[in-house]
Amino acid sequence: MALGLPENVFIANLDKLANWVRANSLWPMPFATACCGIELMAVGASRYDIARFGAEVMRFSPRQCDLMIVAGRIVMKMLPVLQRIWLQMPEPKWCISMGACACSGGVFDTYAVVQGIDRFIPVDLYIPGCPPRPEQLIQAVLDLQEQIKKTGTLTGREFQRRTQLQTPHLRPAAPTDLIVAPGDYSTATLRWPADDKYPVHPSRRLPLLQDN
Amino acid sequence: MIAYHHILETLRRITGCSHLELRTFRDNVRLEVPREYLYPVLQHLKEGFGFDMLIDITAVDYLYYPDARRRFGVIYCLLNTSTGQRLVVKTYLDEPDLHLPSVFPLWKAADWLEREVYDMFGIVFDGHPDLRRILLPESFADYPLRKDYPLRGRGERHNFPTLSRAES
Repeated sequence: MALGLPENVFIANLDKLANWVRANSLWPMPFATACCGIELMAVGASRYDIARFGAEVMRFSPRQCDLMIVAGRIVMKMLPVLQRIWLQMPEPKWCISMGACACSGGVFDTYAVVQGIDRFIPVDLYIPGCPPRPEQLIQAVLDLQEQIKKTGTLTGREFQRRTQLQTPHLRPAAPTDLIVAPGDYSTATLRWPADDKYPVHPSRRLPLLQDN
Repeated sequence: MIAYHHILETLRRITGCSHLELRTFRDNVRLEVPREYLYPVLQHLKEGFGFDMLIDITAVDYLYYPDARRRFGVIYCLLNTSTGQRLVVKTYLDEPDLHLPSVFPLWKAADWLEREVYDMFGIVFDGHPDLRRILLPESFADYPLRKDYPLRGRGERHNFPTLSRAES
């Protein structure tokens, strides 16, 4: 301002600096639940050496991380944990969904495995493969760096849509509605009130859900 | 080593149940027991014949099975650790009365095994000290190893809140 520069020029340059700093010092949170985690470890080890791209500091505390790498299948019992860890990470933060299972459930189309984590947490980058090659993860980190350099801002304006603090204990981990099961699974299972087409047999109701 | 037919005759005499059946399949000896006599038979197998180890409890859903007359079969695998003798005890159940006596007083190993059968098939073991789901979340609404549970579709695994970028 003292130089008589327009305000937007000044801000834009600092944004660029902040993006450069953030993109070259990603701290991954390894959420490794399956064989993709082995590839993730290989990427961190000497042969592939993700330190060349500034993302070697794996921290197991989400409060010290800004990049979550979900490597492996996520089951129903793990999903509330995943969401809680995601909420505990400070902003700005990004998420890579690594491998077929994290992206779509992979071959595990069963009653307990979540069919793609992007239905429940935001995902920035997907890596296909079963498991992906380490080079693919390195490419994903490079792509994410490009993305951060293009879209990031110093003040975090890209995250401004956030309006209120939401923590997992404020949200019910289990649905309080009645679940119709088995029934028509092609669309959804939450149907309340139960109608003639989707009757709820008394033996199928959980005591917990009956009280609600 | 006690002869299996001797075990069968003794059990028939003691329990007064004539419907006990002994079958063999590939060296695998099975004793089929009506559910009312299940607990006395298992108790005598443990205390009288030395089957002191409960290897496994599992169940089978015979829905849509060609020759099945009863829907559920519950299977107890026993081992006599001093002789190495093995015996499979099997009983049958039908809906809607899916209750069996818990064998937790006989073998402490039955604790988690019965919870697993309850979790997957919904068979209730009366007298179990803490009968609740062991593998699936408490909020799960069905018994997924039953044959009428759908193999595909979204099911219970989709009843979670969605965190958007704006919210997290």
